[in-house]
Amino acid sequence: MSDCKCKDKDLNIVCRCEDITIEEVRAYIDNGVTDLEQLKRMLRVGMGPCQGRTCTPIIIRELSVATGKPVGEVPLTTFRPPTSPVKLGVLAGGEEDD
Amino acid sequence: MRQTEVCIIGGGPAGLTAALKAAGLGAEVTLIDRNDYLGGQLIKQTHRFFGSKEQRASERGINIARELAEAVEKEDKITVLTKAAALSYYKDGVVMVKQNERIIKIKPQKLIVATGGSEKNLMFPNNDLPGVYGAGAVQTLVNVYGVKPGRKVLMVGAGNIGVIVSYQLLQAGVDVVGIIEAAPKIGAYWVHASKVVRAGVPIYASHTIKRAWGEKEVAGATIMKLDEKWQPVPGTEKELDVDVICLSVGLSPLTELLWQAGCKMEFIPELGGHVPVRNEDLETSQPGIYIAGDAAGIEEASAAMMEGALAGLNAAEAMGYKVSDFKEQKEVVMKELNGLRSGPVGEKIRKGLAKAIS
Repeated sequence: MSDCKCKDKDLNIVCRCEDITIEEVRAYIDNGVTDLEQLKRMLRVGMGPCQGRTCTPIIIRELSVATGKPVGEVPLTTFRPPTSPVKLGVLAGGEEDD
Repeated sequence: MRQTEVCIIGGGPAGLTAALKAAGLGAEVTLIDRNDYLGGQLIKQTHRFFGSKEQRASERGINIARELAEAVEKEDKITVLTKAAALSYYKDGVVMVKQNERIIKIKPQKLIVATGGSEKNLMFPNNDLPGVYGAGAVQTLVNVYGVKPGRKVLMVGAGNIGVIVSYQLLQAGVDVVGIIEAAPKIGAYWVHASKVVRAGVPIYASHTIKRAWGEKEVAGATIMKLDEKWQPVPGTEKELDVDVICLSVGLSPLTELLWQAGCKMEFIPELGGHVPVRNEDLETSQPGIYIAGDAAGIEEASAAMMEGALAGLNAAEAMGYKVSDFKEQKEVVMKELNGLRSGPVGEKIRKGLAKAIS
């Protein structure tokens, strides 16, 4: 968000892969974005190499507080392949016996 | 495409024992691990385990890893793929693996997911400064590579990992300035905690980290007290002169493949987060997909080995392999597991499992 000065110093990073602060996430939540899927699309949280392993548990707690839903009822995003980064060349290279 | 009877993902304590038990019953096993060695986190455990003989009490984790890995490599029925990362699981029962920049597809008849856990992170200003580490990273640096992470450490979290890593830092000649724990009581076993206390390391219960200091790297930390409602108490700030902040605030089960497989999942805080619902045999809601170790719920390595044994036995038996002492083998494992989870230390796990087993 353009009025967010949280990039200046004392960074409190929630998503290490995409360098996103907890303040940025909270600003979006305060503006009504209370869905992890939307946060992911708008902020890229959870879209880096670790695929949300670090930030998702923290963000769903924030969403739970904001929405009053228990953490277990906060919808997660879809777990798509691949689980870890893979070069396109490897995929294009086909299978071992091709 | 490779066919295999039992595919095990993860070569840590759970995966290794699962492979040995399944092969012991006669099943043909493919064990894959993303590292170039077997043993998982066990290879960093330089301390002695305790418990019973079956749980390899008084042995050091690293030696258990060597022993299990050797046994697995000697077993003709087990094919080991190292440097092999499981990328995905598809609904037609195919596991896609990347090894040596090549794709391998594996179609197993039974799958055991023993992928372990990943470390949780903590929010505080400057948590991105160099010098902020996860406890696992510190343990790798110190115990595997012989590299000190810094000179003066603040350990955040007084569970078993936090306290054991603190002791191992002391052994490596690194000063541990203090251990803080948000809960009013420490989570670590007294056997481990008393060692660091005897060495003069203060443990601050009901304390949290308020912030880290430093321009280019950690130059200090501020800690503060928490009240009964876990809220920071103003005026209780304490500055610590440290260059390392080591986070040991718990683990989350690594469950991506289980989500992809469509296993029924449940959020169970006592087990570390979202975990698959399972039956007593460690089979998930997807028939033929089993779980063991931290992926099934965060516990100790001893429990992971016992769960691996149980999953391995059950997967092989479900394949149709019979041995005359199957019931006895299973009973021994169950007895060990129940022992590990008994008493006050096992209360949290028992509570979590009660919600996870259907």
